[in-house]
Parts: sequence; C-alpha cells; structure tokens
Amino acid sequence: MPKTVAPWEIKSEILVKAEDKTDPHYGHKPEERPVDEYVRYGVINLDKPAGPTSHEVAAWVKRILKLQGVGHGGTLEA
Amino acid sequence: MTGVLPVTLEEATKVVQALLYSGKEYVCVMKLHADAAEENVKRVLAEFEDLIYQRPPLRASVKRQLRTRRIYYLNFLEMDGRNVLFQVGCEGGTYIRKLCFDVGEVLGCGAHMQELRRTRAGPFTENDSVTLHDVAYSFMQWEEKKDEKTLRGFIRPMESALGLIPKAVIRDSAVDAVCHGASLTAPGVLSVNSGIRQGSMIAVMTLKGEAVALARAVASTDEIMDMEHGIVGKAERVLMPRGTYPKCWKSGEA
Repeated sequence: MPKTVAPWEIKSEILVKAEDKTDPHYGHKPEERPVDEYVRYGVINLDKPAGPTSHEVAAWVKRILKLQGVGHGGTLEA
Repeated sequence: MTGVLPVTLEEATKVVQALLYSGKEYVCVMKLHADAAEENVKRVLAEFEDLIYQRPPLRASVKRQLRTRRIYYLNFLEMDGRNVLFQVGCEGGTYIRKLCFDVGEVLGCGAHMQELRRTRAGPFTENDSVTLHDVAYSFMQWEEKKDEKTLRGFIRPMESALGLIPKAVIRDSAVDAVCHGASLTAPGVLSVNSGIRQGSMIAVMTLKGEAVALARAVASTDEIMDMEHGIVGKAERVLMPRGTYPKCWKSGEA
C-alpha cells in the first residue's frame, strides 16, 4: 500500500480551461493592497517562544499592532 | 513548545480553517524511561508511520473520541542515552505527546515527550518565520518612519496561508456571486489544480491572485475541466468582501 504523502510533497499542475482578462479597476494583487487593507488581510509566520501559550502570543501580536482581533493556525501547547 | 505559529490578523482569521487541517512538521525530543537499543527504537518509530489511532487528551478542547491520524513520515535523527531526537510530519490535530507515550508503550520501557518544536504549519516553515521581537521592532520602525516596506516585510498576505490548498481561478464576472455565497459553476472557472476530488477543500481565486472563498469541490479536476455547466463547488467561507468586484448576476441566478 503506498504511503501517505505529505501535502507539501504533492506536485500539482494547473490545468487551464479557458482564458480571460482581469479588470485593473477592481481588487488588487495581494502584495499591492493599500497598507491598512494589507495588514487587515495579513498573516504573520511567527516563531513562537517557549513559555506563553499560543493564545497569549497571538494576543501580544494584537496588542503590539493595535488590532481589534487576531487568530492563530493551530495551538502549540506544552 | 516553540516554533511556527501562523498568526492571522483581523479579516485574515477567516483562513484559519484552511490551516487547522493542513499538515504540520515537528522536531521532537522523546525521553525513554529505560535504556533501549537504537535498532529497536528505529523499528518501533517506523511502525507509527502512515495511519495511527489517537484519543485527544483531557486538556484538549475537542471531543474525546478515538480518531485516526496520518503520520506522513517519522524520521529518527539521533539518540543520546535515553533521549531520542526525531522529525515527524503529520496531519493537523495529531498529539505528539500521545505519540511519544504510545511509542514508549510499544517499546515496553515507557517514554514521554521532553521537548517539541514545530518546523512547519501548512505552507509556513521555520525558514521565514519572525520572532515577537522582530514584530515589535518592525512595528516601531513603521510608526517612526512610515516606510510601508517595513510592514509588508514581516506581514504576509492571507493568500500565503492557502499555499497547499488546490485552487480554482475564476473570471471577474463570477467573483461577486461567490462573495454572496453562490455556488461556483463550470462556466466561471478559468483554471484548476490537478488532484481535486469530490469533497476536497479548494481555494477560489481571482486572476489577480486574490482569495475569494474557501469552497468544497463537488466535482473532480477532470470533471471540472469537462463540464460545460453545473455546480463545481460550494462556498464554505467567503474571504473577499462583497462589492470588491462588480455584480454581474441577477438575483435568483448564480
């Protein structure tokens, strides 16, 4: 039985069904979002220190950046 | 426990669902409760690759039912006395602490997790992670100098969290309907990743690379490529605000 492959080891191709253009008047490429929008739709790849919980660390990021809300992608607890 | 912790800011928190079920990688120090031969340790570790059973611990805030988890790889790195260093790639929601306990049981001597560091969470790895100090310092620099590059340096767009999720790129004309929760239909699809199966989570994207929604595929890649009409996916989490792209549909249509 073939071993399960990790998602980051899977090679995937893009198959094109049709072509079309995108209107530059609407939306932005993610990297080109105006700065406030860029932050509000942003993610930080944080290296969590030992000690505080994941929730506490996320709360610190919220306080440092003066935001209304943050989340985190998977608890890293003791 | 240290290591990769993706922190989603404000609206980006909607992508957390994509991250929780994505794979993780750790480096772990397991402490054996008695001496054991290296070849036995390696043999037992190998037994835990692929599918394992786990019941979440008492302190976890999830339903404590027995469930299966996939271990993608379990690599013995080195052993020093009773300390065993290994690298493990696994499905989200795998308890490494329980894994160490179970390895100890099978070995017969008992073991516990001594130290854990997460080296990967979905598409995010240690290679480009930043510390809390970096965040505080960079933000202070931004407040003083107002150079946007500082903020854009340590904050990634939320789309970066979707790096491992198969994508469906759609026409501008289909975007606003999906933002309103409409199902994605075949004529709206421009391109699609290979490997999508019915039930897969997919990310619906614009031609500019913006995330529109997380959706559940109701057709496979091949079917999506062949279909001329019909539903290919159902929006589960809308990520883009309504009205970003113009409304190109009448009420009652998708």
